[in-house]
Amino acid sequence: MLYTLLCYNDEAVTTAWTQEEDAAVMTRLDEIHRKWADNFQPMIRLMPTSAATTLRKKDGMVLDGPYAETKEQLLGFYVVDVDNLDTALEIARDLTEANPGGAYELRPVMIYYPNGAAVDDGPAS
Amino acid sequence: MDQPVDPGWIEARLVGARPQAIAALLRYFRNLDLAEEAYQEACLRALKTWPKNGPPRDSAAWLIMVGRNAALDHARRQARLADLPDENAISDLENTEPDIVERLDAADYRDDILRLLFICCHPDLPATQQIALALRIVSGLPVARIAAAFLVGERAMEQRITRAKARIANADIPFETPGPVERANRFAVVAAMIYLVFNEGYTEADPASERAGFCAEGIRLARLMLRMFPGEPEMMGLLALMLLQHSRRLARIGKDGAPVLLDDQDRSLWNRPMIAEALVMIDKAILHRRPGPYQIQAAIAALHAQAEHPEDTDWAGIDRLYEALERHAPSPVVTLNRAVAISRLHGVQAALDMIEPLSEPLDGYFYFHGVRGAFLEKLNRNDDARDAFGRAIALASTPAEAAHIREQLDKLKQENRKFS
Repeated sequence: MLYTLLCYNDEAVTTAWTQEEDAAVMTRLDEIHRKWADNFQPMIRLMPTSAATTLRKKDGMVLDGPYAETKEQLLGFYVVDVDNLDTALEIARDLTEANPGGAYELRPVMIYYPNGAAVDDGPAS
Repeated sequence: MDQPVDPGWIEARLVGARPQAIAALLRYFRNLDLAEEAYQEACLRALKTWPKNGPPRDSAAWLIMVGRNAALDHARRQARLADLPDENAISDLENTEPDIVERLDAADYRDDILRLLFICCHPDLPATQQIALALRIVSGLPVARIAAAFLVGERAMEQRITRAKARIANADIPFETPGPVERANRFAVVAAMIYLVFNEGYTEADPASERAGFCAEGIRLARLMLRMFPGEPEMMGLLALMLLQHSRRLARIGKDGAPVLLDDQDRSLWNRPMIAEALVMIDKAILHRRPGPYQIQAAIAALHAQAEHPEDTDWAGIDRLYEALERHAPSPVVTLNRAVAISRLHGVQAALDMIEPLSEPLDGYFYFHGVRGAFLEKLNRNDDARDAFGRAIALASTPAEAAHIREQLDKLKQENRKFS
């Protein structure tokens, strides 16, 4: 089944990384990505929250910044295809070794269109 | 979780929390030295307790509270030689943390950080001291690194920073919450200082040098401001502008250290993620419909960034933007830059006519004579071009600039030989 691993961390910390530190984290993550390559589907690193725009639905207001004002920010997410929660947790633990700090939220996927253009055909069964 | 805490990780957290922590401690103590000492003390305790207890959820709030308590205890001890504070009482913040986190959320931090940056921009301080102060106090760079960047000894830089701090301490630091006009004023001053930090790094030819690191620091400061004030279009413009200029980092300096003109740069070396982020920031800024000089300069840089080849450049768009910039921030330098767009659109003679009236205000400006020389060269007025390049070399402020112009001169000489 599909899980998303939502990556939360304190942006004040991650933007304080030097380029070398950032590169080192990415190299360590790359190893884990390769290890679990069969399970990984899209993986997304988001731009800093300063690049975010929020549309508030109740009044249509367009606001600058992320929706949730939290200590940790959503900085990216993975979609993984795993047999069970245990495997998803195992992947998240491996990722934690490579990129400590913050938390991974493991959230099972309910509906998934790998390509939005296929919506007309209905979800793959 | 019981994983050991990596010391490098604690370091990153301390650096990340520093601006907020120092800014809040400054509001509390109203004295920069006390605020810095309190922060240092809090960091020492963090290094001791975090590996044991794990880092707190909100590092800044923890450092503020521990720093404040430590400084107060210190003051009390000095006043009446009281007992040493109970280390455990200070480290055990589990219950008190949510309270302080709530009280210190967004609104407080915002003006604290703005104030901290603002006092580094005291008008009595020369630009280099503003930069040094911001890098030391806000970014927390070690004095040794700042000294290396400015090519002075550590001791001399230490003294310079101490003097600058004394100057600030004697000035009235505005601690009341600013009104909207005052806040806007502070914002503009701080934006200019952030750009100074960036430019100090940008003029450095060696991308691996200490000074070149200031570019990343300027970008970090702008992002910090946007986290606090997410709806400020000029700060978005400034961030976009810096990202676009920084995206060319690897392409704009040749192997010999001389600058490479935009037309001659290897565009595959431009940093695409930085460009993408900058374009997003410009889109966001435009939604506010409050154009300003940083946004317009960013938009100009963006048009260059979006051209896959030099000949794809939207010169008409760039000309229109420079026209807008002349209205927002009139300056002969802006007109000079516009002339480059005009030369592509309407020919070199039109551009040369445009800059002739600038020869007086810009007579002492290296770049003016360089551009004028290039125009004259294209019109085959080689003797005039040689004179202009000669003036440019005399005014060049770095060896790389001079070398760049000398290369133009050498080209002229080759041309002459061809024709003679």
